[in-house]
Amino acid sequence: MRHSTTVRVGPRIFRVGSDWRRPIWELETLYADYEKGGIPHFTVRLEATNWWRRWLRPQLAIAGDHMLPDAVPVALHHGLLAAEMAMNLQMALGERRVLLLHAATVERGGKAVILTGESGSGKSTLAALLMARGWRFMGDEFALIDPASGLVHPFPRPVSLKNESIAAIQAAMPKGRLGPLLAGTPKGDVRHLAPVAECVSARDPAEPVAVVFPRFGFEAEQREVGKGETFVRLTQASTNYTALGEAGFAALTGLVAKLPALAVDYPDGAAGVAAIEALA
Amino acid sequence: MDARHLAKALADPPYVLTLDERGWTALLAMAHTESLAASLAWRLDGLDVPETAREMLAQARDHAEVQRIHALWEAEMARRALAPIGCVPILLKGTAYAAAGLDAGRGRLIGDLDILVARERLDEAEAALLGAGWEWAKPDPYDDSYYRRWMHELPPLIHRERDRMIDVHHSILPPTARTGRVDPAALIAGAVPLGGGLAILASEDMLLHAVAHLFADGELSGGLRNLWDIDRLIREFADTPDWWQRVHAASSRHSLTPHLSRALRLTRHLFDTPVDAHLAWKPRLGDVWFLQRILARDGWGRENRKALRFSFYLRSHWIRMPLPLLARHLFTKWRMGRAAR
Repeated sequence: MRHSTTVRVGPRIFRVGSDWRRPIWELETLYADYEKGGIPHFTVRLEATNWWRRWLRPQLAIAGDHMLPDAVPVALHHGLLAAEMAMNLQMALGERRVLLLHAATVERGGKAVILTGESGSGKSTLAALLMARGWRFMGDEFALIDPASGLVHPFPRPVSLKNESIAAIQAAMPKGRLGPLLAGTPKGDVRHLAPVAECVSARDPAEPVAVVFPRFGFEAEQREVGKGETFVRLTQASTNYTALGEAGFAALTGLVAKLPALAVDYPDGAAGVAAIEALA
Repeated sequence: MDARHLAKALADPPYVLTLDERGWTALLAMAHTESLAASLAWRLDGLDVPETAREMLAQARDHAEVQRIHALWEAEMARRALAPIGCVPILLKGTAYAAAGLDAGRGRLIGDLDILVARERLDEAEAALLGAGWEWAKPDPYDDSYYRRWMHELPPLIHRERDRMIDVHHSILPPTARTGRVDPAALIAGAVPLGGGLAILASEDMLLHAVAHLFADGELSGGLRNLWDIDRLIREFADTPDWWQRVHAASSRHSLTPHLSRALRLTRHLFDTPVDAHLAWKPRLGDVWFLQRILARDGWGRENRKALRFSFYLRSHWIRMPLPLLARHLFTKWRMGRAAR
């Protein structure tokens, strides 16, 4: 491909190629603190949907080692979002060594808290706020559970902030490095926040101590979640649970048996942070 | 660079010890997109490879192992569904290799379950499978009648709970194919019981099915993987006494000898397979095009050589059915496509 870069995120290396310079340049700027180069685990391609779309109303299609048959093409000015989506897709469909949970993970003193829930539950924002308070940010897209050890490995991609949370995080982390504002995406306005450099370079895994199902915008309340419900919700939150077969089942049941699970409703960032800080 | 890079690594594993970062990057991307990553992993077992490659090859192997277990379970499910009507399914392709413990099954990715049953038992087998939880995957009346009239298999069935597909074949090539005139009765008569209520094709028929599969689909996408199957099967069986004679007899019976010869030349060229020189016959001009087509893959895992691929695509329709039938089929599909919009 004409333009390309190779970046390491936690234990995985991604090669991203593009027909245009712009998405690669944006990616390299946002990923300035990340290790570059090496033999990649996954290849991602951002290709023009056909030859004239390279110049005229440029539009890029997501491709790579692993692809979805009917992925919707994206306008070039949302190229950074496409690159991020494409890397997620490689993990979601291709990763077979570790169990993936769609979750944010934060760690303090060797203890990791897994925050999982649907988009809009506030897990990314919560993880960023905790990072601003000195927690180690281990990722806001996937928690990587090693079936052999039960430990969670870091996957510290840039935090994907949406809509109102962009301003909230700018206020909490005035020195934080933000990517370009991607306005009017299918998820609304999106802006990426580069994690602090120590979170990017740290490769050591951590011991998970709690699973939290956060819910933003509700009156403060906590409830313990039963083992059965936790297991089912986590199978739904995992992109490769079935593909891992028996190893996936063993990893997930091991995790659920060991950890307390908590549903946490919180009205605002401060209340959410306080609830998590009480855990580890 | 093209997929000859991958073919070399498969045929001669120490080749990878000469690779730099770029070479490894391309090799992994190609192996992945050609569905040969786990096969490559088995071939490179024990060699000193870079860390990323080791991790990705191990992942590929784990993945293939999970697929092998699922495939064998699916075969067992089909066996249980067909046992009450006294029908022993003959496993085809990947599931057959895995069930028989053949080298060709090592690291082979297995998607759908393919089985062969006698044409006269097809209706009963279909009813038994429908009764055991399989459903039509394409409930369109035109597709359905098209399959039943012109294809060598039932329309694909999918299991409603396990979400797995089964292709029930009554032959290994469509009756309209220009490729060959297969004798399904001979395939069934020669089948080898595996014990446990399952069977596989005789080794010579297994080879010919792999050959038919390589050429009959015509487009030759996935061709390298099919050729690798052929190489593995030949190495497994070539030392059996009289095996090449039996292969020749079977290829004459199914009128597949020209295709067999070409497959033997291609696999010998790419993988240095020990083939029967007499059956491989002399190189033909077209071999070059087939090689170029099969190896059309760049270091990013993309298929290249667009014009060549397109000509193979056209050819694929040409060889699958006579022209008037093709025209009618494409016209109906076009009208259906317009109606859907």
